[in-house]
Amino acid sequence: MLRIQCPFCGLRDHSEFSYGSDASVEYPPLDGSQEAWHDAVFQRENIDGVQFETWQHTLGCRMWIVVERNTRTHDILSVRPAHDGIAQALNPSLMIEPDQ
Amino acid sequence: MNTRRLATGGQINRNKPLAFEWDGKQLTGYEGDSLASALLASGETILGRSFKYHRPRGLMSAGVEESGAIVTIGTGARRDANVKATSQALYDGLVAKGQNAWPSVRNDFGAVNTLFGRFFSAGFYYKTFMGLPPFEWGEGTGAWMWYEKIIRKAAGMGTASRKADPDAYEHANGYCDILVVGSGPAGRSAALSAAQSGCDVVLAEQDFALGGESLSRAEETDTLPQELAALRNAGVRLMENTTAFGLYDGGVAGLLERVTDHLSTPPRWMPRQRFWTMRSRFTIIASGALERHLAFGNNDRPGIMTANAAKIYLSRYGILAGENIVIATNNDSAYLTASSLSNAGARVTLLDSREQVLNSSQAGAQSAGVDVQHGMSILNAKGSKGVYSIDLAEKSSVGWSAKNQMACDLLLVSGGWSPVVNLLSHRGLKPVWDSVNACFIAPEHHEPIAMAGSAAGIWDHAECVQSGEQAAAHAVTHLHGQRSQTPNQSGGWETPIEGLYEISVPGHQHKSFVDPQHDVTADDIRLAHQEGFVSVEHLKRYTTLGMATDQGKMGNVIGLALMAEALGKEIPEVGTTTFRPPYTPISIGALKGRNVGSHFRPLRRTPLHDWNLNAGGTMTMAGLWHRPWYFAQPGEGIGEAYVRETETVRRTVGVCDVTSLGKIAVQGPDATEFLNRVYTNPFAKLAVGKARYGIMLRDDGFVMDDGTTWRLGENDYFMTTTTAHAAKVMTFLEELLQTRWQNLRVHLTSVSEQWAGIAVAGPQSREVITECAADPRKVTDPALPFMGVIETTLKGNIPARIARISFSGERAFEIYIPSDYGPAAMDMIWSAARVRAGCLYGLEALGALRIEKGHVTGAELDGRVTIEDAGLGRMASDKKSYIGSVLKNRPELLKNDRPRLVGIFPKDRREIFNAGSILCQSDNVSGYGNGWVTAVTHSPALGHWIGLGFIEGGHSNWADRDVVCADPLRKGNTPVEIVSPHMFDPSGDRMYG
Amino acid sequence: MKPYSAWKVFVNGMNGQKGWTRAWRDPEPKKEYDVIIVGAGLHGLATAYYLAKNHGVTNIAVVEKGWLGGGNGGRNTTIVRSNYMMPGNREFYEHSLKLWENLSHDLNYNVMFSQRAHVSLLHSPAARDAAARRYNTMRLTGTDGELWDLPTLRRNIPHLNFDADARFPITGAMVQPRAGTARHDAVAWGYARGADQYGVDILQNREVIAVHRDSGKITGVETTRGLIKAKKVGFAVAGNTSRLWRMTDLGQLPIESHKLQAFVSEPLKPLLDHVVVFGVGGAHFYISQSDKGGMVFGGDLDWYKSYAQRGNLPIVQDVAECATSVLPCLGRVRLLRHWSGVMDMSMDGSAFICKTPISNLYLNAGWNYGGFKASPASGWFFADLIANDRPDPVIQNFTLDRFSRGINIDERGAGPDPKLHG
Repeated sequence: MLRIQCPFCGLRDHSEFSYGSDASVEYPPLDGSQEAWHDAVFQRENIDGVQFETWQHTLGCRMWIVVERNTRTHDILSVRPAHDGIAQALNPSLMIEPDQ
Repeated sequence: MNTRRLATGGQINRNKPLAFEWDGKQLTGYEGDSLASALLASGETILGRSFKYHRPRGLMSAGVEESGAIVTIGTGARRDANVKATSQALYDGLVAKGQNAWPSVRNDFGAVNTLFGRFFSAGFYYKTFMGLPPFEWGEGTGAWMWYEKIIRKAAGMGTASRKADPDAYEHANGYCDILVVGSGPAGRSAALSAAQSGCDVVLAEQDFALGGESLSRAEETDTLPQELAALRNAGVRLMENTTAFGLYDGGVAGLLERVTDHLSTPPRWMPRQRFWTMRSRFTIIASGALERHLAFGNNDRPGIMTANAAKIYLSRYGILAGENIVIATNNDSAYLTASSLSNAGARVTLLDSREQVLNSSQAGAQSAGVDVQHGMSILNAKGSKGVYSIDLAEKSSVGWSAKNQMACDLLLVSGGWSPVVNLLSHRGLKPVWDSVNACFIAPEHHEPIAMAGSAAGIWDHAECVQSGEQAAAHAVTHLHGQRSQTPNQSGGWETPIEGLYEISVPGHQHKSFVDPQHDVTADDIRLAHQEGFVSVEHLKRYTTLGMATDQGKMGNVIGLALMAEALGKEIPEVGTTTFRPPYTPISIGALKGRNVGSHFRPLRRTPLHDWNLNAGGTMTMAGLWHRPWYFAQPGEGIGEAYVRETETVRRTVGVCDVTSLGKIAVQGPDATEFLNRVYTNPFAKLAVGKARYGIMLRDDGFVMDDGTTWRLGENDYFMTTTTAHAAKVMTFLEELLQTRWQNLRVHLTSVSEQWAGIAVAGPQSREVITECAADPRKVTDPALPFMGVIETTLKGNIPARIARISFSGERAFEIYIPSDYGPAAMDMIWSAARVRAGCLYGLEALGALRIEKGHVTGAELDGRVTIEDAGLGRMASDKKSYIGSVLKNRPELLKNDRPRLVGIFPKDRREIFNAGSILCQSDNVSGYGNGWVTAVTHSPALGHWIGLGFIEGGHSNWADRDVVCADPLRKGNTPVEIVSPHMFDPSGDRMYG
Repeated sequence: MKPYSAWKVFVNGMNGQKGWTRAWRDPEPKKEYDVIIVGAGLHGLATAYYLAKNHGVTNIAVVEKGWLGGGNGGRNTTIVRSNYMMPGNREFYEHSLKLWENLSHDLNYNVMFSQRAHVSLLHSPAARDAAARRYNTMRLTGTDGELWDLPTLRRNIPHLNFDADARFPITGAMVQPRAGTARHDAVAWGYARGADQYGVDILQNREVIAVHRDSGKITGVETTRGLIKAKKVGFAVAGNTSRLWRMTDLGQLPIESHKLQAFVSEPLKPLLDHVVVFGVGGAHFYISQSDKGGMVFGGDLDWYKSYAQRGNLPIVQDVAECATSVLPCLGRVRLLRHWSGVMDMSMDGSAFICKTPISNLYLNAGWNYGGFKASPASGWFFADLIANDRPDPVIQNFTLDRFSRGINIDERGAGPDPKLHG
């Protein structure tokens, strides 16, 4: 069992969460190019080691979070809300670029 | 074996005799006995038969590593195969049988296999059984299928019951600071000091008695009760009969608690076993060490066991297992055992392969009357159903040489000790070879785990106790966020162990077992080497070494050592073995807990569930939901019922529970923009008080879901999804808002459970609504036109949301009321419908109605269909971008000859055809055909069977072509006509009117 | 090498097993090979075997970081079937099944392919109709497939859960009689021995750590034990594909590595004579009994990306729930071991056997759950691709560019989420 420190609910079993995807994927604008969309939807770095990934606390607060995890050892290094504004509200030290 | 129960001693209660049955014989043991000890005390020597050669086997150990006494206990539906007699507590009325033998383990016809043993070398089955002997003539799998039947019957061990397991099991969740595995000296001292440091400690012990090694050390058994009381007083939660079977990620251990396996009449309220998910912040593994065998001729005979086993049978169970005992060892640990056995009245000869040992151990043994011989070991054991003598081997300059014969009735072996590092291995850590102590021990690691006692390779009792305290201190430091090192120092023998694994002398050919349970011999290991199966993994798989139910607890190290010798390498160069969970086999029943039978998955019921049942509804599955399928009247089956329901909806009015649709409140200043991005069709200009049918695509451009969304207010929408995709859509929309579109001010709330949904469909639906509405003026045609939405109340002050939308193609309304009002609202609506000769209808009629109209559902939208394929291309806006709008235009998806949604009529209108059939040109009924049928129904409106499906290019392509609906699985070919999917009322007059 | 046969078993039984020689050599690598296959799993070994056998290419090295057959080939639940529906998959897996049917004879190695039938349980009319499309397609394309009604199913497997009060009562089954199970290790060893006999060098314990390129072509692979040159290189490394691919600087792949657990019980006398598959209510479960007697079963992925070869408890529980729901007598049967393998899950659940932007580099990957049964055909078509430098029509859409073209070979309709393609 992975144990995930949900920023809202505390330390919980991973069975309450759903794995999303590689959090580093940047989705193009809706009118982006077919190539850009293809890459975002179909192509993956598939990191063997530490990656940032999205999870949803499906059976809890339903918030999406970004988990920094080693895919080889399953060690979890950090967790934060996926939504930058919420992450910042919880932890003002997280700087958000003004144009975001 | 001249075995006898001593008059005194041991942890058994001689005042409580327990009757049990072994292979039809009535025997007696005592409370505190294991099945093994009771059998031993009763003089039963042959308790099992080996896997391949069916050699007779007796007790080889006294614990979980047992490879000989593997039996079946219980009867009928409660029969348990492959039980290790050594781990089973005896209870009154226990029924045990030998297994893998016919007619019995004492006299087994299967033993004829021994005669062919010379052919059954490692992996021989890969080299034959392919075709007709002797040269494997033929082709295909025919010959193998024939051989396989025989081989399967011969293989396997116990026979499982075919009956459903009648017992109940439980899942439990546990939390603690420190989990200690093992209640021996090290485990107890670790638990006590951790608890005294203020930690919440759980101590798990697999045995039915707490104490571990102390149970067989006379000097400790007296103080054990006080020690255990001290642990309880310190707050340690003691769990006996509980195996820590696996260590998983995040400090989670799987524990199996055997709650009633030791009781003769378990109370009915008790589960048989309990599976614990134990979350601990630190784990101390004090799981002990297992004594190894040595490989020599016929080392598997009944009457040969580990030295430690004899000590346990003596000290814990008060049984002297033999009168004339020979012990073969390569280390110090057997000396104490030899003394105890001698003191108990046996004649004991100790053969120590080492030429010299330090005085103190030897002196102790000798003063106890043990005949100690150095540089000696065993070459071969004699006797098939018990040992009566052995051939001695003497160390010589070139290895071993054969010596004289020696009589004995019990042969004990101590080939060294293997710390139980299994749990650590579950964490992906590879044990390392400790050549001084000739065993694998834990590597350095950073897991929140510490090893203690003999599990860490510590042999001295006082040092074991100390190592427990040190492990506890290490754990406490860790829990305070600091780092420390465990100063574990393996070792503790006076004279070093000798790395001895096999005793053989050229010219003396005997079967010498490495993994006795699977009949893997030393020659098998050498054959594997000869054939190139030299890596541990190849060795294991080719010879089946370590694959038996003891998972190599006894034989793995010997196997590695023999391979190392064959390769001329050191053991660590050959590799180590990866232990997989579970540490000991655990019942599948415990793992499943209560989630079985009707509780396998939750059942979702609508608030109208009971209402539907009372109204005569028959239910059907829709995912996890039960939904009304049809409402049969007397004399009707499903066929008649749904046709009547369909007709009634088209003629007057029908009422249907549609609660299972997903419902999402979409609220916020940017809700409109959000919907406009997720739906393919425009939502920017949907007026307040209007609903719109929408299609959502996945990112890859295929259709994900459809449904209606109602605008209740400026910033307030009510979205419905399909039943099947409700959760998926919700999750996807949440992901979009929280990750991709963080600047949108939209809040989503799943309200699926909050609202009951009722569809009222048919020409007289408005009259029904009017009758039920608190204010009938609000539901008039102008006030509530097609696709209109109102929030209002029904009579009785029931809040309601009503939209005039239609899935049936009739004038129709969907009404949502707060779930608790569902039955009351349904009473009212149904009585208004009933007086209008209306009906209740279920999923089957719903399907018939929508098929007639060519409306799609999950049968059509199967995740491989584009919006164009589904005939809904007009819903794809070309004036805006939305999820999926880019990738839906990938080249192959734009081709005109893609299968498109069509309607299907049988050529002969009296014919029936089936969903799941393939549409083919009638002159070429083969291959993939040109399309397929997704749904069929009898259409009362058209008077014959109709279907929906997909065919290349759509119906206009197939107007005048001969098509058959091919169903080789069921019905064969049916000539059909391809028509427009809008088979009934294509203009929609009935819906709009 | 003398062929294996009952006669040889007899002769060697009489002479103390002295006549057996190594199943494969442990050669020193040559400086250069015509073809290097990276990955001595089932697919890599089969590729080498068919390159030699079908195409006469024998100057081949199969380079393996660990031991041959030590990856997913030795970690799966050994099911062989061809009940696929989508064009491409259909022909591919049927070709594979045909190769399986004669594989023991072809390799002179008993892979124990047991055609004991693959039985997919049905629970509702809708599920039956969806499955009917698949099995009708199979029938029309020349494969076997049957619909078993309840009495037939009951006759064949009487101790399934036929309880009407079951959460999902069983109503029948779709059956592929020619499908079954095989002995997974034997397949690796059989192909290894077969390839070795043609002179293929299998180089174990030699991890590829870099790919050497010169003017757009691969010239060789750098291994932990030195450089080996090659005219052509093929990758067949399943769950490790992305790691190897990164050495080529060719960007990303439509693959994610997930772990799949497998389970085996203690050995039992024959209890189940078929492969049984159960999938309803979000559950997914498959079970058969090995010839040794262990119940071999598995279920869903662990649901999160992973390169760790170990599983976690939620799926263990889930699989146990399925097991006892299908075969209620399994409650008292004990689990002996569970382990996990790293699956190369692709974006549509189907595989890649294709050329790459580097003209002499070929890729074999994306096997999802299907890798074991695919092995013979995977080797067959990959060998053909490497030898002839053009894909057979059967694998024409097993390409990396199929997503940009809009060809999703999605048997489940699950969409571009690798974890959903189990």
